[in-house]
Amino acid sequence: MVKRLLLASLLALSAWTCTDQRSHTQAVYMLVDTSGTYAQEVGKAQIIINYLLGTLQPGDSLAVARVKTRSFSEKDIIAKVTFDSRPSQANAQKRAFRDKIDAFVKSVGGSAYTDITGGLIQGGMFLNETGAGRKTILIFSDMQEELDKVTIRNFPISLKDIRVVALNVVKLKTDNIDPRRYMVRIEAWQKRVEKAGASEWVLINDIEHLDRMLQS
Amino acid sequence: MSNEFWMIWPGNAVASALILFAIAMPFLYAARKLMHNLLHSVGHMIGGPLRLGARWLFATARDMNERNKVVLLAHGREEVGQHIEREFERIGTLVTRDLEGYPALQRKLLEEITRVEEDYKKCGEVPPPPPEWVEAVTAIAKVKSEGGNEMVQRILEEIKRSVHSIHDKALADYRRAYESRHKILNGFMPFWRSLDKTFGQVDKKLTGLHDTSSKIDAQMEKYEQINKKTDKAEHALTVSAFTQFAISTLVLLIAVGGALVNFKLIALPFSEMVGAGDYLTSTLRMSDVAALVIIFLEATMGLFVMETLRITHLFPLIANMNDRMRRRMLWTAIVFLFVFAGIEAALALMRDMLSADKQALIRSLATAQQVAPPDPLLRMIPTTAQMLLGFFLPFALAFVGVPLESFVYSLRTVGGAFVVMLIRATAFVLRVLGNLIRQLCRVLIGIYDVAIVLPLLVERLVKAARSEGDASESRPVKRAA
Repeated sequence: MVKRLLLASLLALSAWTCTDQRSHTQAVYMLVDTSGTYAQEVGKAQIIINYLLGTLQPGDSLAVARVKTRSFSEKDIIAKVTFDSRPSQANAQKRAFRDKIDAFVKSVGGSAYTDITGGLIQGGMFLNETGAGRKTILIFSDMQEELDKVTIRNFPISLKDIRVVALNVVKLKTDNIDPRRYMVRIEAWQKRVEKAGASEWVLINDIEHLDRMLQS
Repeated sequence: MSNEFWMIWPGNAVASALILFAIAMPFLYAARKLMHNLLHSVGHMIGGPLRLGARWLFATARDMNERNKVVLLAHGREEVGQHIEREFERIGTLVTRDLEGYPALQRKLLEEITRVEEDYKKCGEVPPPPPEWVEAVTAIAKVKSEGGNEMVQRILEEIKRSVHSIHDKALADYRRAYESRHKILNGFMPFWRSLDKTFGQVDKKLTGLHDTSSKIDAQMEKYEQINKKTDKAEHALTVSAFTQFAISTLVLLIAVGGALVNFKLIALPFSEMVGAGDYLTSTLRMSDVAALVIIFLEATMGLFVMETLRITHLFPLIANMNDRMRRRMLWTAIVFLFVFAGIEAALALMRDMLSADKQALIRSLATAQQVAPPDPLLRMIPTTAQMLLGFFLPFALAFVGVPLESFVYSLRTVGGAFVVMLIRATAFVLRVLGNLIRQLCRVLIGIYDVAIVLPLLVERLVKAARSEGDASESRPVKRAA
């Protein structure tokens, strides 16, 4: 009887341990808009990246890419890392990442156009490759997309099971004249992102509330 | 509109219902007996099994109670038996230790008493009484010396001188004799003290024996009560079990708190060893599980130490081992405990280093300015405290076996009593439900009859008229008869 019970417990335990094979890591892809006057906001982006470095756990992934005239390219990724599962190594990686970002912030320059869609596609691909359980794209931009005549972005994109968070969406001069333009712009992006299969759309303009940025 | 299909009088629900009721009344009257039977059957059908179930549950509760009582008394008998055994062992040790030297003590006492007796006798020896010539001297002293008889005067003077010298000698003898007696009496003192001390020792030992025997008497009485299976014994054992349960639960909760502190100390450094990315469930990391396993292993080793020391008796296999094997097991468990304690101390140090590293990183991320490092002494105190905690907590956890044993044994009684109470409560509810349903059916029968009161009234009138008619028909016959 005792043997049977032990065997049953072992089987139950093994079954229980085998059931949860999902990935519990988190991957974050942050797009930093460096076009036009928005490049001046890059200091805020640095604060957000530092917050992410302090919050993300060993095993998580983080990539920071810039949004410029055409952003669908690996070359636009400023820094990317998958943190080691050992906390000490992860801390060392975070320090190195911070140094890269510091260097980028010092050397950042504005671009003529803003290709947010290209950055989103690139981000989606990167996140899917990480195989993380929770995927988030952070868009640090005014969400005003401006493409040159050659660039084609008016096609459906896929952001399946990815959270999209728009950060620091500042109001433009034209928005101040007619606030409806701002509302319409935000709404259009929300619709586009949701149509692309994103799990959630979040807008955070106050960087004091960054805790909403990542899924718990 | 569809809800009004039944309305004979459209728009007037009350009138429609009344008309329908009037139409239905003859049918209801016709079906009266059938409906009564149906309601009776439904009442029996539902109420019967419920009452049966209640009866079965009450019987089960009684059986369980009996079984619980048997287990409780058996456990109590075993416990009291062990207690008595221990008291006998204690009294055996007392008798061996104290009464083993009793013949020597008695000899010493007798010797001291004999010596005191002899000395006492010596004290009783008095110097011999004054010689008989004292009387002769007294007679001469009465001779009249009037007239200045010189001869007599001289004789008397001589006698006086002799008597004085003899008196002085006798007095000196007496003084010497009393001095020697005082010396003897003075010499009594150490013997009296020794006697007093010896008697005190004897008294103390006998009192200890008496106390132990009183305890045995009390335990024996309890044992007899248990053997007689009296309600008093059962009640006492149940109360004791509940008290034990409460105390052991409290102590176990404290131990769980200690284990949590221990867990906090080693969980983070474990993620450095087994990685922080593997999860067992959505919230449980492998590193956390590994830390918990270490804590459970420590508790288990502590339990083995307690078992091999025969403080707890959770594993009969360990209790029945021979002494050599048991000692080996004890040392193995102690060595393991020391190894775990050492590992924990090292992990606590590692945790402190990792925390410091993370804090430094967060500080550097939060501000561009370099913050001065904290005072080394201030850093050293928590580090040392953590290491000490890490080292000593496994040993503290080792004692968890003692409350655990009490908890396990008392849980049988408390759990049994709780289950019996639960079964009784369920049985009561079933019984009440059964009765309620039967009564409800009776009430429904009454309501049914109230609903068809008009046909029933008619029936009664018809019956009354018929019986009157029968009576009037039979009356002339009776008269004729």
